[in-house]
This record gives sequence, structure tokens and C-alpha cells, in this order.
Amino acid sequence: MKLIIAIIKPFKLDEVREAVSRLGISGMTVSEVKGYGRQKGHMEIYRGAEYVVNFLPKVRIEVAVPSEQADRVIEAMTTSARTGQIGDGKVFVMPLDHAVRIRTGETDSDAL
Amino acid sequence: MNVRMRGPLGTGLALSLLATPAFAQGQKIDGADTAWMIVATGIVLMMTLPGLALFYAGMVRKKNVLATMAQSLAATALVSILWVIVGYSLAFSGSGALIGNLDRVFLHGVGMDSISPLAPTIPEALFMLYQMTFAIITVALVAGSVADRMRFSAFLAFSALWLLVVYVPIAHWVWGNGFLGAAGLLDFAGGTVVHVNAGIAGLVAALVLGARRGYGSENLAPFDLSMAVVGTGLLWIGWFGFNGGSALGANARAVMAITATHLAACAGALTWTALEWKLRGKPSVLGMISGAVAGLGTITPASGFVLPWHGLVIGMVAGAVCYWACTAVKLRFKYDDSLDVFGVHGIGGVTGTLLCGVFAAAAVSVSPATPKGLPGLLEGHPMQLLIQLLGVAVTALWCGLATYGLLRLVGALFPLRASPEDEVIGLDVSLHGEALQ
Repeated sequence: MKLIIAIIKPFKLDEVREAVSRLGISGMTVSEVKGYGRQKGHMEIYRGAEYVVNFLPKVRIEVAVPSEQADRVIEAMTTSARTGQIGDGKVFVMPLDHAVRIRTGETDSDAL
Repeated sequence: MNVRMRGPLGTGLALSLLATPAFAQGQKIDGADTAWMIVATGIVLMMTLPGLALFYAGMVRKKNVLATMAQSLAATALVSILWVIVGYSLAFSGSGALIGNLDRVFLHGVGMDSISPLAPTIPEALFMLYQMTFAIITVALVAGSVADRMRFSAFLAFSALWLLVVYVPIAHWVWGNGFLGAAGLLDFAGGTVVHVNAGIAGLVAALVLGARRGYGSENLAPFDLSMAVVGTGLLWIGWFGFNGGSALGANARAVMAITATHLAACAGALTWTALEWKLRGKPSVLGMISGAVAGLGTITPASGFVLPWHGLVIGMVAGAVCYWACTAVKLRFKYDDSLDVFGVHGIGGVTGTLLCGVFAAAAVSVSPATPKGLPGLLEGHPMQLLIQLLGVAVTALWCGLATYGLLRLVGALFPLRASPEDEVIGLDVSLHGEALQ
């Protein structure tokens, strides 16, 4: 199993969710996060005060998938989240050792 | 006409009861004037609560929102009571050059039919209340310069002293038969008394307390500018009562003052926004509301003396000059006037008081007391500009010196500033034990 973590532009969330669910992936976890990469921050000006805002709002998606589906999910995410502009985000993939569905006690791929 | 009461309180009371009908002779309470002034008093109070409370709280950080609102609330309660006890009497009773008298202490002699010679068609109690709302907002305005760091106890002590030592004498000098009014200073609704006064006091307080932690290095961005927009709307409406009410009656001069006021606010907002758009690339909402308030503060002394189109010009000048004061000047001298009390009210008050001396149109100020009206520089009376300059200088000098002395005095009794730890935690939790979640 793989845990796929994607950091994307917030307005792309719906497109990514639709693309991933078309592949039969039945769940994801989403959080609002802040961070920066190559995009860096932006300037905010309040009367005479200028502040560089380093951390930009992003959405972090976590999806656990069977290993054989991982490549297609990554492909779907990158295609749907891409605008071609700086700041589109990143996808990270990690091995996943174990999973449990709390309600039934099912484990591993049955729990996904 | 003015009845002075001397001797023991009992004698004074008896005298005042006997004297009141004679005192009121030739002066008659007018229903329309009274109705308008009741409304004006209410909406000027609304300028502080909730207008200024929202305007200021929206511009501080989330951890200091309640502490900022607490200052507007406390100023209202504290100033109102002190005003009734002694402030009104010292400012508006008696005709000494420097200070009034104690005849109206605890509103002694303010009865059902008493009328102040300063407002001859409304009940004296209403005049007292109306002036009270001006004292409240002036004290509350000062707090903006030391937002995020002044301790509540020190603010209370300073406010009480500042009202009596700074606001009351200056209100008397300008509006209460004192020497600046007698010299011919034109200040319709408080360019000197309210705005120069609050602005200079704010600047001195910001210098004495020092900058906020992280000023110039950390992000001190406003918590919620939408609150500040709502506050600006309430201030703007309330200003119709502030400037229109300063006609002290329901008449054409009040309407002329309101017209000039509204146009100045609009011109100030557009000018500030245009400058910011051109120089900084974006027209910010904070810029629009700052320009509107700058226009409103700047037209204040001139409203009631100038024509509507003068209001437009004064508002444009206000937008430009106050923008410059809040950006270039503040950055150059590096003082942390947190919410720009000096940049908007101080500089706006000076600008408006001087421009009043330029634009004053005699036709607007014709009254039984001044049958020919009061002309300014453009109508061939250049002396007026010098008198205006004198008014600004005297106000700024006394306010600056006394504010500095009072802050040092209060600072010797309690710490003026929150501790570094409390400042980092935020004043809401550390001073008031509550917080926005």
C-alpha cells in the first residue's frame, strides 16, 4: 500500500477529488495548510507598513491506495491540479505498512 | 447675564433656582433644534460605540481585539462621569480666558428650564450631553496610537487626567468663551479641540511608550479589516451629527456643514485610493477607509464655515496629505503610531484648521452674533489664516507638554506598558482574561 500526500492550490481541490474518485478511490483526507516552495510569498501593504507573507495557503490531500493503483492516482492528481503556473504544488508518495478500518476491524487493502 | 454662585452649596442652590427664569429670559427652547440635537448627540456617541471600537479593533491583531474595544468602552463610561462631575463646568461654564468655573459641578443648577448662553435654543442638559460625546471620542481616539501595548489600568488613569488637564481647558479656550475663541479662531466642530489634540497626544504617547514588539520586523497585519469598514460607516454617519450638530440647531448651516462633510469624506477616500493605486500598485480597502476618515477629520473645523465645493477640495488635500503622513513621514521618523492617530487626525486637524482660514465663506456663517459672516483668506481676510495658525500652535503646544507630563506621572505610579510576555500572549488574555477563539 502507498500513502499519497499532495500539496495543491486550494481552488484545484474539487477537480482533484473528482479525478481521484473516478479511479474508484473511495476516501481522502483534506487539510488547509500553509507553506512555501519556489513560489515564495507575496507582499501585503497596510498604509505605510509592508509585510512579506512567506507562507501561502495550500490544501494538503492524503489518500491511501493499493500499491498497484498508486501510479494512476498520482497521474490523475498531477493532471487535475496542474495550471502550469508556479505554485502548483507537489505529490509525495510513501510506503504504508498497515491499515485498519475502525468500525469492522478489517485490515490492509480491505480497509482502504 | 451669567449668574455666579458663591458661598455654601445651599445658598448657591437657592440662588440658582431663583435665578434660572431670569437667566433664561430672551432664550427659548426650540422644539426642532432640540429634536435635531438629541439625534446628533446619539449618533456622535455611536461614533465611539461601536464606530471607533470596530474601526480600531479591526486594525489590530486578533489577540488584542477585545483590549482595543475595552479602551473605547472604558473611555465612554469614565469620561461621561467625569464630564458630569466637573468637566462640563470647567469647559463651558464661566468666561475666564483660561478655564471655566465650578458653577456647574455635579450639574448644579442644570434644571428643566436652564439654557446655556452658548446654545440658546436647546436645554442646557442637552448641550452638556452633546459636548460630552465629543470629549468621549477625543479620549478614545488617543488610544489608537498605543494599541497592542498600553496597560488598561494606565490607560484609565491617563485618560481621566488627560480629559481634565488637556481636553477641558482646550475646549474652553476654543468654544467656552476662552482666549482662542475670543481671538477669532474658527473651529466649527473640533479641528483643534478634537483632532489636533488627539493626534498630538497620540504621537507623544507612541513616543513615550515606544514601538510594539516586532515593529518593523514581524507581521503586524490587521486582524479583520471588514470590522474596520463597518466602523468607518458608523463614523461617517455619526460625523453628520458631529459637524451638523455643531450648528447647535436644525437649520441651513447644519445642512451646509453636513454637505461639506460628506463631500470631503468622498474626496478623501478617492484621493487616498488613487495615490495608493498609483504608488503601490493596488487600491486597498484600508486605503479607502483611511482616506474617508482623513477627509472627515480634516473638514471638521471648516464645516459650517465653507461652501460644499470647498469641502471637496479640503477632502482631496486631506487624502493626499494624510497618506503622505501615514507612509513617508512615519517611515522616515520610525515612530510606531500604531493606528495612525497622528497621521490621520493630527495632520488632518492641522490641515483642516488652516484651510478653514483660507476658504471660510462669510455667507455660510451669517448669524445674529456675526451679521456679516466670517470671511477667510480668499474673501480678503488673510489675518484669519494667522489666527488659525495660532490656534493650532497653542493647542499642539499645550497638548504636547501636558500629555508628556501626564504620561510620566502615570508611568511613575504604574507601568504604562504590558510586560513583554503579556504583549506576546496578547492583551485580551493577559489583561482581560478572555479571547476571541
